[in-house]
Amino acid sequence: MQAFTTLDGLVVPLDRANVDTDAIIPKQFLKSIKRSGFGPNLFDEWRYLDHGEPGKSNHDRPLNPDFVLNQPRYQGASVLLARDNFGCGSSREHAPWALEDAGFRAIIAPSFADIFFNNCFKNGILPIVLDAAIVDQLFKECEANEGYALSVDLDQQTLTTPTGESIPFAVDAGRKHRLFNGLDDIGLTLLQADKIATYEAQRKIEAPWLFA
Amino acid sequence: MKLAHRLPRRVDAAIAVPDHNVPTTDRSQGIADPISRLQVETLDANCAEFGITEFKMDDIRQGIVHVIGPEEGLTLPGMTVVCGDSHTSTHGAFGALAFGIGTSEVEHVLATQCLWQKPSKTMLVKVEGALGKGVTAKDIALAIIGQIGTAGGTGYALEFGGSAIRGLTMEGRMTLCNMAIEAGARAGMVAVDQTTIDYVKGRPYSPKGDAWDKAVAWWNTLHSDADAVFDRVVELDATKIEPQVTWGTSPEMVTTINGSVPDPASASSETRQHDWTRALEYMGLKAGTPLAEIPVDKVFIGSCTNSRIEDLREAASVAQGRKVAPNVKLAMVVPGSGLVKQQAEAEGLDQIFLAAGFEWREPGCSMCLAMNADRLEPGERCASTSNRNFEGRQGQGGRTHLVSPAMAAAAACAGHFVDVRFF
Repeated sequence: MQAFTTLDGLVVPLDRANVDTDAIIPKQFLKSIKRSGFGPNLFDEWRYLDHGEPGKSNHDRPLNPDFVLNQPRYQGASVLLARDNFGCGSSREHAPWALEDAGFRAIIAPSFADIFFNNCFKNGILPIVLDAAIVDQLFKECEANEGYALSVDLDQQTLTTPTGESIPFAVDAGRKHRLFNGLDDIGLTLLQADKIATYEAQRKIEAPWLFA
Repeated sequence: MKLAHRLPRRVDAAIAVPDHNVPTTDRSQGIADPISRLQVETLDANCAEFGITEFKMDDIRQGIVHVIGPEEGLTLPGMTVVCGDSHTSTHGAFGALAFGIGTSEVEHVLATQCLWQKPSKTMLVKVEGALGKGVTAKDIALAIIGQIGTAGGTGYALEFGGSAIRGLTMEGRMTLCNMAIEAGARAGMVAVDQTTIDYVKGRPYSPKGDAWDKAVAWWNTLHSDADAVFDRVVELDATKIEPQVTWGTSPEMVTTINGSVPDPASASSETRQHDWTRALEYMGLKAGTPLAEIPVDKVFIGSCTNSRIEDLREAASVAQGRKVAPNVKLAMVVPGSGLVKQQAEAEGLDQIFLAAGFEWREPGCSMCLAMNADRLEPGERCASTSNRNFEGRQGQGGRTHLVSPAMAAAAACAGHFVDVRFF
C-alpha cells in the first residue's frame, strides 16, 4: 500500500450529502477482476452524459459540464471535500480504488459510512472527519478561491489552509501507523500467528461444530 | 494472495457462490456477457484450486449468499460472519455478529481468519406491540430508517428487540437485519430464542448429535442482559406502523402508502431541502402527490431483503386470481435460491405468478443492483422489494420505490401503489 505522509493538494468541493457507492462507481464496473483502472469511471453517471460500460473507451464520451469534477479549475485535485455520510451503501472497495485511481488521496467530510471509511485506509486514502461547521467553512473558501489547496500532515494530524490556518483532525493510532508507513495489514496480523493458533485450538474445544 | 504466496488459513470456514452477475434467464448456455463470465469463471477456478466449497451456477443450492447461508445452516448463532457485501448484516438475525467488508479485508480474513476491529457503539431498536395485518418486517425496517435516517446507525451495531421482533419469523428477522446497513449500521442483530433454534435445526451444515446439544446450550446464552445499557435506545410502536413506500433516492426518504410526496420547503435543513429537491427531480415527482396515485412501469420481487419463501407466499397471495395491470411492462419474481425456487414450485406459487402475468426467474441478485441483464431503462419507475433506491441503482436513470413483497405484488396488479391491506 502507498504510504501517506503529507499532501499538498488542490481541493474539489462535492456539495451533496449521502453520496453512495453506486454513485462513486456504478455496478457495471464491478464485473472486472482487476483492482485498478477505475479512475475514468469515478462518478460515472454524474460525470458523463451517456452510459458507461466496462471496456468502453472514455476519451470520446460526452462530459457533463455541470458536474464539479469536470470544471477546469478543479483538474488535478487530490483532496475531495464532501458532505455527511459520504460513501454510504455497498461495501465495494471499487469506490476507494476509483477515487485513488483518479488521484484522490484525502477526503474531508463531517461523517463517513463505516465500511467505506475502513476501505479507504486499506488503499492509501486518508478520510478526515471534521465538524460540519468547519467543513462548511472549507466549502465556502474553496468555492470562492480558484486554486484552493490544503496541506495535510498525517504525522501532525493537521490541515493547513492557504491563509495559514491550521485545523487539527483525529485519527485512530493504529490506522495512522499503518497508513503512515504503508504497511501490509496481513503481514502485521500474521506476526500474531501463534496467538491465532492458540485461539483456534481453544475454540475447537469450546465450539467443535464450527470446524469441519 | 497468490502474488504474496499466501494460502487460505481455513478453507472449511469459507463458502463461495456467484450471485451478483448471474443471469436469471436460461442458464444452459452459460453467461452471455464476457466480462461477467470471466469473473464467475475466475471464482470457480480459484475455489477449485484452493479447495473452497462453492455452490456453482448450476447447483440447486446456488442463490443469493445471504439467502443460502442461513438456508444451508452455514450461518449459526454466535458466529462472526463476514462477506464482501454490505448486506451481510442479514446474518445477524441469528444472533451472529455479521457485517460487510471490502475486498482487502476479505483477503485479510482468508489469509488470517482475523480482522482488526474496534468495538462498535450499541443501539437498541425496540419495537413493541403487534404488527397490523399486511404489515411486514420490511415495513418495520423502512419505518426505523425513516425515523433515525440512513446515517442514524453509523458507528453502531444495532440490536432489534421488543415483542414485535420476538414475534417475527426468522425470515422476517433476516429482512430486518438485512436493512441495518441502510440505517448506516454495519451490523444488526436479534437475540437467539426458540424461533432461531427451530430454524437452524436439521439444516445440512448445522451441528448434529452431541454437538447440537452443546451448541444449543451455548446459543441459549446469546442475548443481552435484562439490565444491559445501550449507547442509544430507539423505540417504535408496531401497532402504528403502516405499509411503507419510499419516494426519493435514499431509503430514509420514505412515507406510508397513505402519505404524499413531501414538499422540500418543509425539510428540516438547507442541505436536506437541496437533497429532497434533487431527489424529486430525479424521481420525476411533484410535492403533494399521494403515493397511491403513482403509477409503476416495472415490478421487482426479489433480492437478499425479500426473496425467501415467505416473501414469495405473501406476494403470491396478493397476485392470486389477479392480473398484472396493462401499464406494467414487466413484473418479475426472482427467488433467492434454487431451493427457494424449488419449494415455491412445489407449492404452486410459480403457477400463480405466471397466471397473473409475472415472469418467474432463476435465482440471483438480479434487478436489485442491475449488474446482470435485468435493469430499468432511463425514467422507468419500479416497485421493488430490494433495499436501495439510490440514483441509478436499478439501471441508469431508473426510479426505485422500496416496498414489501405484498405491496409490490399489489402495485403490479393495480398498476400503481396501493394499500395492500384494503386491496
